Amino acid sequence: MANTLDQIFVLLKHWIVAHLPVAIQPLVSVVLSVVAIIAVFPALFALTTVIERKGLGRMQNRIGPNRTGPYGILQPVADGIKSLTKEDIVPASADAVVHFVAPLVLVVAVFLGFAVLPMGRNMQLIDMDASLLFYFAIGASTELSIFMAGWSSRNKYSLLGAMRAVAQMISYEVPLLMSTVAIVMMSGSLSLVKIVEAQNQYTWGLPHWYIFTPWGFAAFIMFCIAAMAETNRSPFDLPEGESELVAGYFTEYSGFKFALFFLGEYLAMFSISGLGTTLFLGGWSAPLAALSFMPSWIWFFSKVMLSIVVMIWIRGTLPRLRQDQLMNFAWKFVLPMTLLNLFVAGLWRFMGEGILRWIVCSVILLGAYVIVGRTEMRRKKIGPRSYRYAE
Amino acid sequence: MNIVFWILAVITVLGGLTAVTLKNTVHCALAVTVAFAGLALLFLQLDAQFAGFAQILVYIGAVAILVVFAILLTRGSDTPTTGVFSRTWFVGLLIAAAVFAVLGWAVLHSAEALPNETAAPAITVQQIGNALMSRYVLPLEIVALLLTAAMLGAVIVAMHEKGEPK
Repeated sequence: MANTLDQIFVLLKHWIVAHLPVAIQPLVSVVLSVVAIIAVFPALFALTTVIERKGLGRMQNRIGPNRTGPYGILQPVADGIKSLTKEDIVPASADAVVHFVAPLVLVVAVFLGFAVLPMGRNMQLIDMDASLLFYFAIGASTELSIFMAGWSSRNKYSLLGAMRAVAQMISYEVPLLMSTVAIVMMSGSLSLVKIVEAQNQYTWGLPHWYIFTPWGFAAFIMFCIAAMAETNRSPFDLPEGESELVAGYFTEYSGFKFALFFLGEYLAMFSISGLGTTLFLGGWSAPLAALSFMPSWIWFFSKVMLSIVVMIWIRGTLPRLRQDQLMNFAWKFVLPMTLLNLFVAGLWRFMGEGILRWIVCSVILLGAYVIVGRTEMRRKKIGPRSYRYAE
Repeated sequence: MNIVFWILAVITVLGGLTAVTLKNTVHCALAVTVAFAGLALLFLQLDAQFAGFAQILVYIGAVAILVVFAILLTRGSDTPTTGVFSRTWFVGLLIAAAVFAVLGWAVLHSAEALPNETAAPAITVQQIGNALMSRYVLPLEIVALLLTAAMLGAVIVAMHEKGEPK
């Protein structure tokens, strides 16, 4: 029974496919998986907008949306109808083709990332050998769509927002990739399915997730920082800093194209949370051996939603960084720490089992954090900002 | 030579041709990105996963972005009033044709050089990694040294010199 529930979506797909002629079976099988992804994640997106608006409202000591439906839960429906019926305004001087293509490229690229995420046991669209590489390759191409949106609008705020976004995403992509390399080193595979399987073991009922090791924990923290910067979430939301740039790169978008950007941003959050879950939090494996009877997909989606809630919480807590702080943080703190973490992961691998490697690896990482993060930052003179070009 | 190959080939060639004929520099950069994507898909179609993904990651994720950044930060994206072709277009065409001829000749003769290869080998990322770390470790180290030197050079060029009047 538990096994049937675990595999219910896979069995359902096989059942539907078995009723069709053999010639179109592979095609239908792929299309069904794609439809499932395209249906589930936008639904989660609608749910997340409610959680975000209500939750942020509570954090900011206000009520949040409460007019549409009981407790305002129908707000996303109202938002959707509004954006569908709104006029689509394209600026007269905008580059019409690029302006039109940009949101499509963003949403398509973000959706492609879901193709390799294992969302449950046997629940992945493609199980390829280099799925992690695929994910990052696709993730890198979203930057171009943001640039296209900002540039084609012929608006200085859009262009500034796009430049900020691209600079930020390039800077934080390096630590994002580097923090996952430690995982690849330990699991010996670029396949996300194999990485989850390597974590799906238990000692005394406790899971072997990579976050529960010194190097894994450090990599997870840096992955989270880089992931939030990659998805342009607060405190890294300079590209859309509404007090400075109206709305950043999508200032000149309205109606459904704006909704597509909004969707793309949230889908990117889901996909990066899904990747973080897969790499560090054991993917679809249960947090305790005693809980393994519950379906694997429940665990995956619970972990993803938990990460999203933490992201919303951080958004409600931290102020926005300044541009120079953002760059200094990426290149002078996060990147050296990820490089050190690679070294520590190698040390961990070759020190063998035992308590000694826990002590040595933790001491190296903590020492580096204290020295780099505290001492060096304190010694740095933090005064008024100096401008190079604006004086 | 199936239909997928022809679709990808048309996309790639069209992307390249548009890149040299369009007037707006940013449009050219975007068109060349299409050509990069077509090349990456051609690699994937040949079962070369690593090469295909590396092509997307490096060329679309980094080179294309670098190109548009360079265009925006230097002379803007203003459309040139005169023709888009430089005066030396004929020499450029000759060099391109010569390079293409050499590459084509090499590819067409590769079947004679490797007579024992019948089926396409399935190369996994792990095999590539093993080869890079054992047989090709010296070229890898040399490339790493070169890239480090290039990075140091870039940092020095961009560094804010001390004592420079603001």
